[in-house]
Amino acid sequence: MLKISYPHLGDYHIPIRRLLQDLFPMAEIMPAPPFTQKTVELGARHSPDFVCAPFKYNMGNYIESLEAGANVLLQTGLGCRYGYYGEVQEQILRDLGYDFTFLCFSREKASPQNIYKACKKINPDLTFSVFSRVVLQTLLRLYCMDQLEYFLRERIGFAKSPNHFTSAKSSFLKEFLDTCSTPEIWGIYKKYKKYYHSIETHMPSDPLRVGIIGELYTLMEPYSNHFLEKQLAKGGIVVSRKMSASFLLFGKRDTRSLRCSKGYLQYTVGANGVDSVAGSRQYVKTGYDGLIHMKSFGCTPELNAQPALEQISRDYNIPILHLSFDTQTSETGLETRLEAFMDMIEMKRKQRNEKIRQPGSRHRFHLHKRRIY
Amino acid sequence: MKIGLPKALLYYRYGVLWETFFRELGFDVEVSANTSKEMLDMGTKTTLDENCLPLKIFMGHVQSLIGKCDRILVPRFSRVSKAEEYCVRFWGLPDIVQNTFSDAPMISYNLDLGWRGNEAAAFIKMGRALGKEKSVSFQAYCAGCRAQQQQDQELLRVQSMQMRTSGKKILIASQPYLIHDAYMGTQLQKMIVKQGVIPLFSDRCNRRLCRALSKEISSGLYWSLNKEMIGAIELCKNQVDGVILLTAFPCGSDALVNELVLRRVRDVPMIQILLDEHTAPAGLETRIESFTDILTKRRPYA
Repeated sequence: MLKISYPHLGDYHIPIRRLLQDLFPMAEIMPAPPFTQKTVELGARHSPDFVCAPFKYNMGNYIESLEAGANVLLQTGLGCRYGYYGEVQEQILRDLGYDFTFLCFSREKASPQNIYKACKKINPDLTFSVFSRVVLQTLLRLYCMDQLEYFLRERIGFAKSPNHFTSAKSSFLKEFLDTCSTPEIWGIYKKYKKYYHSIETHMPSDPLRVGIIGELYTLMEPYSNHFLEKQLAKGGIVVSRKMSASFLLFGKRDTRSLRCSKGYLQYTVGANGVDSVAGSRQYVKTGYDGLIHMKSFGCTPELNAQPALEQISRDYNIPILHLSFDTQTSETGLETRLEAFMDMIEMKRKQRNEKIRQPGSRHRFHLHKRRIY
Repeated sequence: MKIGLPKALLYYRYGVLWETFFRELGFDVEVSANTSKEMLDMGTKTTLDENCLPLKIFMGHVQSLIGKCDRILVPRFSRVSKAEEYCVRFWGLPDIVQNTFSDAPMISYNLDLGWRGNEAAAFIKMGRALGKEKSVSFQAYCAGCRAQQQQDQELLRVQSMQMRTSGKKILIASQPYLIHDAYMGTQLQKMIVKQGVIPLFSDRCNRRLCRALSKEISSGLYWSLNKEMIGAIELCKNQVDGVILLTAFPCGSDALVNELVLRRVRDVPMIQILLDEHTAPAGLETRIESFTDILTKRRPYA
């Protein structure tokens, strides 16, 4: 019996689960057990010391799902260090004595033909038409999910009844898992979009807004950033984050990002460094109050981009909070920094508002007075 | 006009090429001094604490050249071929320098995936930025390449002669900018020599052969420098008595590659030494001593 497992990344385990179910109807699909402190500790114990945190999180996921009985593991890989994860992780797991098949689609191996061949090996009944249909449907699912998520992130802090959005989201994901045809997916997306819009909020006309930029995994896996977005939303702040799976698949264009970050970056700096800089520039131009830059410890592309971000912060006078996460990050320390940051942007906003003269206010322009030194 | 070359990172690989190129074009060349404690401190102050040690050293070198030269060479290396590239750190070097020192007069060339002879085109472009004609730059580049090749072959010959001598030998497998750095690697070399052991270097092996041999250890590796490093281990493991994996904190590519090497290469004694800003010579010496002791006491395989 095939038991296919894969590491977590936010809520994306749901569309991936559906994808694998459609590709391999005879196999049991089991996403890795949910994150706990134990997962992180397990992962950190069996990983090299100063590898970036996503490696450790993935490792923890793999070990726990192997313990739960999985025998096929999935991994992908892109630029930067992520492309080399698969080979090292496989070796470490084999040294630990586990027996499994490791499917790694990294870098050049991630071409559609290659993935199709690998899937065909596991499920000989698979045809290319089914494969392509299922993959396209998954892309659509990812798109729909990310669209709704983006809306939700901006509103969730202002709902009149606090759990309204969370319950709507969980029922949406539940229904989403059972959809099988393309019109159905689109129908559910439309339905929930309407529903989300109908949820009452008490959003002020000019709320504080924070943009989130940085490294992919840390942004997309809420456990790895200690549910930072939730904390921000609790403080009554609009949270905006463009980086998501669908951004990677459909929206990432290096030339465009480079054009957008002109004056700060001349070349690409690996992975999503350019997108961070371009994103921060866009947030600045659309009048955001602050930016939060997140990465895992030692993430080279983001470190390459960081001098440019600091330059932007100086030039446009916008506060940027740089956060670096590892498996050892303390929650309290993070909370303190976040609270201080939120207070700071609020104060900054107040200062700015005080300078704006309201019509009819008592303070007049003292044009006739002249200071004599 | 005076061109400054920071004596860090890939200077240890392309230094002769750069020097000859600029000399042929008729410029003065100033190479920064050997890495010292002060230089490292300067670099540590200007970069973020999370950055890797070689970058901190590099920034120290760049800062020491500011004000002394009219231009400072900060090249960018990204992809070499479809399956090979440099560490992401090299991708961002010009931008890091430009954003950290806004007053640094920088000159750069970009080595990116493209057509054959890409490097020559990049050098010609750099020559044009300095106001030189295409043909002049190309000739200078060719002369530089010849000089670099000559030196590489000379070093290769010396190393292969050392390889044939009797006596204990240790291969230092690492990036060239760690092995030959005056503050980091040279110190280690001296300690090894003091123990009566001959140090060999992974960057002074036949590069093409190393790249091909690296597939024996890891098939999916795509970092150029690491490929040569592990290829050298595969190439020399029967001729040396031990291997030292030298790495800097927190080197991104080494973290993964060394882990794999330590797990896969079982037939030669191996030790991993991690360098950072606070490495004490005494601690390093103890480790080297005990490692060489193990090598001498170790019984050969029956």
